[in-house]
Amino acid sequence: MAGAQTHRLGNAGLIDRSAPLNFRFDGKAFSGFQGDTLASALIANGVKLVGRSFKYHRPRGILTSGSEEPNALVELRTGARREPNTKATTAELYEGLEAASQNRWPSLRHDVMSVNQLFAPIFVAGFYYKTFMWPAKFWEAIYEPAIRRAAGLGRAAGIADPDHYDKAWAHCDVLIAGSGPAGLAAALSAGRSGARVILCEEDFTLGGRLLSDGGTIDGLPAAAWLSKTLDELAAMPDVRIIPRTTLFGVYDGGTYGAIERVNDHLPSPPEHQVRQRLWRIVARRCVVAAGAIERPIVFAGNDTPGVMMASAMRTYVARYAATPAKRIALFTNNEDGWRTVETALGAGLQIAAVIDARPDVSPAHRSLASKSGFPVLHGSVSGVDGGKDGVRKIAVSLTGGARAEVEADGLAVSGGWNPAVGLTSYHRGRPTWRDDIAAFVPDGAPPGMVAAGAANGDFGLGACLSQGFAAGAAAARDAGHNGKAGIAPVADDEVFSLTPLWHVAGKGKAFVDYQHDVTASDIELAQREGFESVEHLKRYTTLGMATDQGKTSNVAGLAIMAAVSGRSIPETGTTIYRPPYVPVAIGAFAGHHRDETFHATRLTPSHHWAVEQGAVFVDTGLWKRAQWYPRAGEKDWLESVTREVKAVRGGVGFCDVSTLGKIDVHGSDAGAFLDRVYINTFSNLAVGKARYGLMLREDGIVYDDGTTSRLAEDHYFLTTTTAKAGLVMQHLEFCRQVLFPELDVQLTSVSDQWAQFSIAGPKTRDLLKEIVDPAEDLSNEGFPFMGAREVTLRGGLKARLFRISFSGEMAFEISVPARFGDAMARNLMLAGAPFGVTPYGTEALGVMRVEKGHIAGPELSGTTTAADLGLGKMMSTKKDYIGRVMAGREALVAPDRQVVVGIKPTDKARRLRSGAHIIPKGQTPGPGNDQGYVTSVCFSPTSDQWIGLALVERGRERIGEIVHAHDPLRGEDYDVELCNPVFYDPDGGRQRG
Amino acid sequence: MRIVCPFCGERELGEFTYLGDAKPVRPEAGASEDEVFDYVYLRDNVAGETSEYWYHGGGCRTWLKVTRNTLTHEISSVEPAAGAGAAKVGA
Ligand SMILES: [Zn+2]
Repeated sequence: MAGAQTHRLGNAGLIDRSAPLNFRFDGKAFSGFQGDTLASALIANGVKLVGRSFKYHRPRGILTSGSEEPNALVELRTGARREPNTKATTAELYEGLEAASQNRWPSLRHDVMSVNQLFAPIFVAGFYYKTFMWPAKFWEAIYEPAIRRAAGLGRAAGIADPDHYDKAWAHCDVLIAGSGPAGLAAALSAGRSGARVILCEEDFTLGGRLLSDGGTIDGLPAAAWLSKTLDELAAMPDVRIIPRTTLFGVYDGGTYGAIERVNDHLPSPPEHQVRQRLWRIVARRCVVAAGAIERPIVFAGNDTPGVMMASAMRTYVARYAATPAKRIALFTNNEDGWRTVETALGAGLQIAAVIDARPDVSPAHRSLASKSGFPVLHGSVSGVDGGKDGVRKIAVSLTGGARAEVEADGLAVSGGWNPAVGLTSYHRGRPTWRDDIAAFVPDGAPPGMVAAGAANGDFGLGACLSQGFAAGAAAARDAGHNGKAGIAPVADDEVFSLTPLWHVAGKGKAFVDYQHDVTASDIELAQREGFESVEHLKRYTTLGMATDQGKTSNVAGLAIMAAVSGRSIPETGTTIYRPPYVPVAIGAFAGHHRDETFHATRLTPSHHWAVEQGAVFVDTGLWKRAQWYPRAGEKDWLESVTREVKAVRGGVGFCDVSTLGKIDVHGSDAGAFLDRVYINTFSNLAVGKARYGLMLREDGIVYDDGTTSRLAEDHYFLTTTTAKAGLVMQHLEFCRQVLFPELDVQLTSVSDQWAQFSIAGPKTRDLLKEIVDPAEDLSNEGFPFMGAREVTLRGGLKARLFRISFSGEMAFEISVPARFGDAMARNLMLAGAPFGVTPYGTEALGVMRVEKGHIAGPELSGTTTAADLGLGKMMSTKKDYIGRVMAGREALVAPDRQVVVGIKPTDKARRLRSGAHIIPKGQTPGPGNDQGYVTSVCFSPTSDQWIGLALVERGRERIGEIVHAHDPLRGEDYDVELCNPVFYDPDGGRQRG
Repeated sequence: MRIVCPFCGERELGEFTYLGDAKPVRPEAGASEDEVFDYVYLRDNVAGETSEYWYHGGGCRTWLKVTRNTLTHEISSVEPAAGAGAAKVGA
């Protein structure tokens, strides 16, 4: 066992002495016990120096014992699990824990950057803004790199997080934040009333301040009451207590965010378990019993290691049996601070002196002082003598002007308590000032939320219990539960008696915000420079903007601003509170949505067959689509794609096109409905026929396209592009429900119900005859181009057959119920073998559509009109339809619009690339003569060269013109000829044959 | 944020898609360009109660008209948007 735990008390505390744990800090071996935090274990080992400060690299120790800690930030763990800025005060100790101090080089004790203290004048308030005023080059070359090296927090792992994070929903009647006396009392009354209760506790042990401060409840010692209460709550099936969980935010409609550190207390999560879980909790009512945060007093040297919040000091002694100091001085302005003296004396520690800023000290405490033999000094601490090894001597300014010195190795400070007003203020609630406790208390909490106990500014144990109990009962009642809550637990209230004291004037740096190294003089400087508003103060000095969000510093900062600007604290006001209450890892927000599970994956019906074929897949939206099917010996994708195109154009091929959106449109007004959503007419489409349709947005821009078939008088089958499948359904539902409720029409999404294959090429009919029942007439007369009808397949299965062509070849699309999709692909391969059937992917599909000049996603860019796409003639003039009027606007029908045109390079050997700009030949490229851009390109096996489509100003009037393609991204410049976009079979004879 | 769908009950925001202001009514066929322009583009920027279209795509696929206060985010009513944007309801 390494280390002697020199600062561990011989007994007491809530640590498990039968479970010793080894750990390392900055490479040095130490030991602690189960139940320790990293901070308490370091204290037990006599470690006082734990970090260097952000700007000045000043030595820093442990200030608090909770999640408000500004100083004791460490890098926890190593390798991929290394996590910067972890609070030693909340990190649970585990066997083998490794932690490293931050922001020091080469070592914590000898940090060369501590010379920053000598350059302190350049790091004053607003230094970022002031240095930005210097020449940009100077900033970039010298200042920023220097500041980045000198100032900063820990280092991220830099490699992927190996752990899993979970996201979960929970619902309850009453949500409670905190398991201190108020939270537990609320859980008791709400639970007994019959409400479903969730209680979140940040700590790994339940009890809040009861664990440190004890007390007597219902005549029982606090520990006994705690265990009895937890037993009663555990027996309630609808009360769920989640430890290691911080409620960090509140959102509309009673939705709360909480982060559960499920396995942060272990070296790594057990197999199949998550590291953390992000909870979204929906609660009818919420009781915030999150307690209060003790606040420092600002005085010179208040950041010396060994200066600690009084409540934290007694927590380390009472809960962890660890002694931060052997000879303790207390500086307090209230009665509560004295509890640390009582705890320390009880543990056999020495009290050097109590420096009390109040005019009077109670007789009981006076007699305690004389009995225990320590002086009570009326006055303030004006300076601390000490360094990286901690406090040595404390300078005191006595009331009346005299000075005194106190020798001590630890200084406990209590400036009063600030209720934790975060949660109650996240919906712009502005907390109100209460003079008796000199603190802000919650006001304007979100609907359904109340604060109770210390979080509400009532610090006494009795008040916490009675308020919590009442709040829990009321919350349950509001949520409809009226069971008997019984009687509230009873305890006495301690005296608080505070005289406000924020800042003691003196020589040397007096820190307000420890984490961002903001001093009292920074605030005074900000005021002199005109940054008096608290929001300006915050941004100018960065007060409260560090990872601790100013939990220990904000109120002191604005109290000092109030003093120097001659206003009251409530007049000065608070900044806006924003979630999260504690830092939450991005990984927890992402949950399982990372890597291959970043989003859901949709597989086509023939996916597994395509995998067997060795297909290469491409992600298109959520879909995995076969992009091409490489064959042995093919050297690259282009060779495979070219083979597939040639096979289709010379024989027959097929492609899974099930990703298209498919919508059944039923009803006596189905045709009338389609007339209103498409630019062309569908009501006059004959049953058994298909027609290409184009949809506009109401602003006149093209929205989507696809083929719609009429399968019966009152039944159309509509297809959309893959990308817009969901959106078109939503749009059509809007038109149906909101705009045209009078029409008798129903829409059913059948995208997932049908597997659809395109079968294309001159031998398509030969192949289909092997699939379709011989009784079906597939001849040009029996099934003409743009025919559509149900057919029976060999074996009796009903299918839908459409004679439509995207490739420009003789082609059909066949639909079968999705569960037959895999069988259909295998059947097409089998039946097509004699004809050399070739499966083709989306690449070949794309090549053939460019060869045919068909528009697709790149041309449906959200900026093009029907006329731009060469489809202006489809726009009916005989009916109203979505987008009709706006499409007629002057600029949308201007003659100089960029329209779709074909392009081919003048140098036949040149490769084209999408995105190149079109510039008139002979002109220098620039925004003034940019006439459009290349939208789609491919290598055309049919033309034996690269071809493309482009949007070009007046393009259709300029066929034959040579223009310049300028591609600054790839550094390419070349000439292309504008041409007819239909490169292949322009009169369409092949698809009609 | 949570919306109480009249058909599906109280559901979480992620099930819904926002469209926009539910006040404008689509002009009848034959309306002037100016009227249609106003319908497509002109919106009030309300500080207070406003009605808006939400689509329950993750549930019943009903378009809803939600009355919401833009200052407090409080939702005071949710009803089917049937015909809400139609020039002639029930025509
Ligand atoms: Zn619904």
